[in-house]
Amino acid sequence: MRMGRRIAATLKRTAIHAGPTMLGIIVIDFLFLQLMPGDAADVMATEAGAATAETVAALRHQFGIDQPVLTQLLNFLGHLAHFDLGYSPRFNTSVLDLILQRLPNTLLLMVTALSFALLLGIVLGSIMAAWAGKWQDRLLSVVVLLLYSMPGFWVGLMAIVLFSVKLGWLPNDGNETIGVPLTGFAMIADRAAHLVLPALALASFFIAVYARLTRAAMLEVQRQDFMRTARAKGLHPFLIQMRHALRNALVPVTTVAGMHLGNLLGGAVVVETLFGWPGMGRLALEAVLARDFSVLLGVLLLSSLLVIVANVAIDLLHAWLDPRVEAA
Amino acid sequence: MTMRIDLTRRATLVGLSTMALSGGALAHPPKKGGTLTFLQTSEPNTLVSLTTTATPALTNSAKVTEGLLEYDYDIKPRASLATEWSISEDGKTYTFKLRPNVKFHDGKPFTSADVAYSIQLLKTVHPRGRNTFANVTEVKTPDPLTAIIELSKPAPYLIKALTAAESPIVPKHVYEGADPLTTQNNNAPIGTGPYLFKEWVRGSHVIYERNPNYWNPDLPRIDRMVCKFVVDASARSIAFENGSGDIGYRTPVALPDLDRLKKLPQLVFETDGTSYSYNVQLLQFNLDSQYFKNLKVRQAVAHAIDRAAMVKVVMYGYGTVCASPIAPGLKEFHDPTPSPYNFDLKKAEQLLDEAGFPRGANKIRFKVPMDFNPVADDGRKSAEFLRAALSRIGIQVEVRAQDLPAFAKRIYTDRDFDFTYNGHSNLFDPTVGVQRVYWSKNFKKGVPFSNGSNYNNPKVDALLEGAAIEIDPAKRRQMFIDFQKIVAEELPDVSLYSPLYLTIKNKRVHEDSMTADGVESNMAQVWLDS
Repeated sequence: MRMGRRIAATLKRTAIHAGPTMLGIIVIDFLFLQLMPGDAADVMATEAGAATAETVAALRHQFGIDQPVLTQLLNFLGHLAHFDLGYSPRFNTSVLDLILQRLPNTLLLMVTALSFALLLGIVLGSIMAAWAGKWQDRLLSVVVLLLYSMPGFWVGLMAIVLFSVKLGWLPNDGNETIGVPLTGFAMIADRAAHLVLPALALASFFIAVYARLTRAAMLEVQRQDFMRTARAKGLHPFLIQMRHALRNALVPVTTVAGMHLGNLLGGAVVVETLFGWPGMGRLALEAVLARDFSVLLGVLLLSSLLVIVANVAIDLLHAWLDPRVEAA
Repeated sequence: MTMRIDLTRRATLVGLSTMALSGGALAHPPKKGGTLTFLQTSEPNTLVSLTTTATPALTNSAKVTEGLLEYDYDIKPRASLATEWSISEDGKTYTFKLRPNVKFHDGKPFTSADVAYSIQLLKTVHPRGRNTFANVTEVKTPDPLTAIIELSKPAPYLIKALTAAESPIVPKHVYEGADPLTTQNNNAPIGTGPYLFKEWVRGSHVIYERNPNYWNPDLPRIDRMVCKFVVDASARSIAFENGSGDIGYRTPVALPDLDRLKKLPQLVFETDGTSYSYNVQLLQFNLDSQYFKNLKVRQAVAHAIDRAAMVKVVMYGYGTVCASPIAPGLKEFHDPTPSPYNFDLKKAEQLLDEAGFPRGANKIRFKVPMDFNPVADDGRKSAEFLRAALSRIGIQVEVRAQDLPAFAKRIYTDRDFDFTYNGHSNLFDPTVGVQRVYWSKNFKKGVPFSNGSNYNNPKVDALLEGAAIEIDPAKRRQMFIDFQKIVAEELPDVSLYSPLYLTIKNKRVHEDSMTADGVESNMAQVWLDS
């Protein structure tokens, strides 16, 4: 019952905050984008390698950028009020379709990467905390430091060289084997093989972060009174670590993980480009380079929505992990 | 109508000679079946190159949408949708006999009405077609298999402009009543071509499948073509290495990777099928710049550049030195005379002294920013090379980097630049590819790859305008030679080199580049070792 009330309160608060936040993001993004030199018609005409004044004018009209800036903004917001993200002349399709084609791929990559990062990070961190100061801790600290200091794209490149080029175990490009219709288990295996390297490249930095956080949090929890009580009750050391130490240590880890979701979206641009992953990060990059602002605003809007939803999920998770947390 | 016999006979001869050339391929009869994976560097916006001439669209368009003609390596026409063609003596009437029994992928017959409709569309919506077909007054269709193009003035380049990718023939019944910019046919095209459009997964690939009802019953040979968009250059190198990619063109890998890849036994590097479009890379001056409005300063810059060293350093040798705005590849028109301003640093220093820019503090004469066109990979490297070269004569260059739209706006709209490392495609004819850069009437703000220098010489204008309508090949050639001499003297830009583009393929791929436009053609003949 109390749990239900808390969930309702969290959702209500989020709903009140989300609207203005997203509107603010849209308006600020829109205005910032106006500062970029060149427009979509410049890009299309330049890419064509040839143009006439008529072509450029026709393109500008097609993109609607021959209108005053304020009119463009109002048009965009007007469409948005009808849940319409608009139409991209560059991709010749509606922005929503374009994003929905890519969104599942990005979500899959992000969720897999975040799961890898949390799982490996927490396991490594727990081991380090349990053997703090011993050789296991020292060795893993070096590994974690390496992961922390190597950029994800470099980890990705090296993984490609090793696993795709030298060993030939895993594919280096795309999210599926194209042109070969697969079904059932073969399809899942094919998708998974394509997913492993980009997800690990994206996760590498975060594994290090979570490992260090978990280690620090668990060491702090060890000194708490309730831990002594648990030991005094004669509980099994493994149970103490799992149920009492780790559960409490998870609060800071999940808080940070929630905030990292935005970073993951940013990192996805690089990893998606490197691995030819057809996701939203690459779409955003293409939209910037092409000055296709309707697509870019759509991506930013959905990304902010994603971050908001993730934050709600983390809030609810906290309420479950630590009953003292009031979802105020 | 006297040219008909001549042209068709020549076409037959050329056809025979290419058959002789590809004798090696004939020794092993072509195999049927298989999937070809075509690696492409970026994704197109549309699969029909009717409203754009962006390279990714040109790469894909012809697989579905064909043209009236195709061309051998020397840009001599061969039959495609048109089987016979003739040009009247005055150069103003083009008559095409069309191939009978050709059907679009939806089963509707291909007729002269489609040709007439497409030419009119090209004239109104195609970025280059607006110029190429500007003189078209009417396209007559006396019967379903004859199309006659009537011109107000001769257009000697027109007969070379009819490839599938440059002048696609689209189905009238699909385009009628639709906006050619937004029609669904751009995303899921219907044409007469050897391949049927199957699917387009954005950000990933396009799949084409064998058209079983193609007008040539022996073609196509492969079952499926997968066009994969791999934006990362190192990922493309890896794809060639591990065999997940079969073919790519316009040197689809980073130049430093070529040495490593050339050692792999399974890869073949070819230059066939690159003669429909040559680029000339150049250092283009803004003639309104306080420094470069002075001819002596421009001459000094020209004297300071060692083109051969540049090709070696920047292009790893994959290029041809070129001192003229018309590429050496366009043999008919290129002026091979070296630049009147040879590599001579002393001369350059002397000219700068005379121009009133003596070496001052730190031996620097003046500081000036240079912008480079970011489209090609060689942009930054070339700009760095030029910066080093000019520092030797006391000009301190600051290389300015920006992305494509910012570059286009700076050069062509704001004109806020002093000089820029840039490149132009010559295409198949100087009137189409070169005139736009030097013709004073094409100094148009906001139009990319127009006359960016603001060069204005009435003599040059007269030569270019004359060559655009001259039907005597010898006279036309002389006009272009005279034009090149003037430009080489007056230096609105310093032409540097023409890049050599390689097609990289797995050795299991055969007969992929059989025409002037190579893999940009319909690739109907391509076949694979099983």
